[in-house]
Amino acid sequence: MCLGVPGKVLSVEGLTATVDFFGVRRQVRLDIVDVPVAPGDYVLNHVGFAIHRIPEDEIGETLALFDTILREAEPQDLMAADVRNEIEATDAARK
Amino acid sequence: MQPGSDPRVAELKFRDPERARRLTAALRHAVEGIGRPASVMHVCGSHEQAIARFGLRAAFPRDLNVIMGPGCPVCITDVPEVDEGVALALQGVRIATYGDMLRVPGTVKSLANAQAEGARIDVVYSIAQAVELARSVSEEVCFFATGFETTAVATAAEILAGPPENFSILSAHKYIPPVMEIVAEMPENKVEGFLAAGHAASITGWGVFEAFAARHQLPVVVAGFEPLDILAALVKLVELIRDKSPEVVNMFPRCVTKEGNIPAQEVLWKVFRPLGGRWRGIAHVPNGNLRLRDEFAHVDARRRFKIDLARFWDYAPAGLAQQCICGDIMAGVNSPTGCALYGKQCTPENPVGACMVSTEGTCRIWHQYGGVPDLREVNA
Repeated sequence: MCLGVPGKVLSVEGLTATVDFFGVRRQVRLDIVDVPVAPGDYVLNHVGFAIHRIPEDEIGETLALFDTILREAEPQDLMAADVRNEIEATDAARK
Repeated sequence: MQPGSDPRVAELKFRDPERARRLTAALRHAVEGIGRPASVMHVCGSHEQAIARFGLRAAFPRDLNVIMGPGCPVCITDVPEVDEGVALALQGVRIATYGDMLRVPGTVKSLANAQAEGARIDVVYSIAQAVELARSVSEEVCFFATGFETTAVATAAEILAGPPENFSILSAHKYIPPVMEIVAEMPENKVEGFLAAGHAASITGWGVFEAFAARHQLPVVVAGFEPLDILAALVKLVELIRDKSPEVVNMFPRCVTKEGNIPAQEVLWKVFRPLGGRWRGIAHVPNGNLRLRDEFAHVDARRRFKIDLARFWDYAPAGLAQQCICGDIMAGVNSPTGCALYGKQCTPENPVGACMVSTEGTCRIWHQYGGVPDLREVNA
């Protein structure tokens, strides 16, 4: 759970952003993100909240790790399960 | 391989094998520079998952012991805290919580046991989903909130956003920096340096570790989660031990700054205050628990309800639970393979201790991936 999950911001409405997670579109809360975000930014998210805007030059490296975790995962893989749970946590975003 | 574990051997797969080779050579060199065995500790379930999943222990020198400390928030949730959740559930309050919490044992019952007896327990992935649930019903909904500061900020933000009146929080949130002090002072584990978890540090900032490093004369290195990030951080940490430099070094600058996420810290400390309390199996940790401030008494389940724990007082913990060494494992003085129950009476299907329940627990992770894969030849 301390891993979080990165996604790409598609749009921002007030304190909510629509974010693409590896092809899945979800809403996340922006209440506690470290700096303001805009469409095109990548953010790291935890339990439904964006917590960090990922700097431009670090996006590739960050996505590669999560791609490895999700793509090569066995069905029982714990890291992949935690990442999928993080995506599920964004599901009920509101406002 | 560990008894009873999945018969797969963790595979070493680096995206940049050449850099991995250089880093493992540098790690070996640095450990040799110390001239004796050394132990370091990380405090993050995701770090242990990455180390085990990618078979990193096979690449560590034999004289380097990398221990997972109290980095699993579900595991360190104390027995009386679970009892509070179970008691509330049995009193008829609807409990929403993260899935890992269901099977964590209390004194005599887990939330799953309470559920089997008819209590209403809802598994959620986020506090927002718990608030949604409260909005959709008229009965009392209590979110049993676990997790370190990274997760507590989400709880705090949701409280500030104004949940409905039938919503309350039972906070078992914990704060990591104080427990590092406790573990550092334990004479038995001989930990000489800490890896700090990158994403948690993105909230607190790496500056939070400076006073700790100075006070205990122990280096702290902030590490990312990619296998090469972890190797590079370990090289730096062992070099700092070798050079007797108790500094804080940030090896994860792409995510972590010295100051951290200031808006999140403001939200966290506006809602929570640190309070001493027990961490399961470890110790009383001064300032280790995050509890709601008085201004938020109206959402605090401990103040809204009379939680009847007396019903548990006549019971002793189950026999097997008394043999569980979760606490020793999280304090770094033992490992899952040192436990008589591990993989035998205690499995993910029938967990005895919390460390086998959570996906971030050391026992569960080792059981899944194998703790110390026998791949020593990759060092050659």
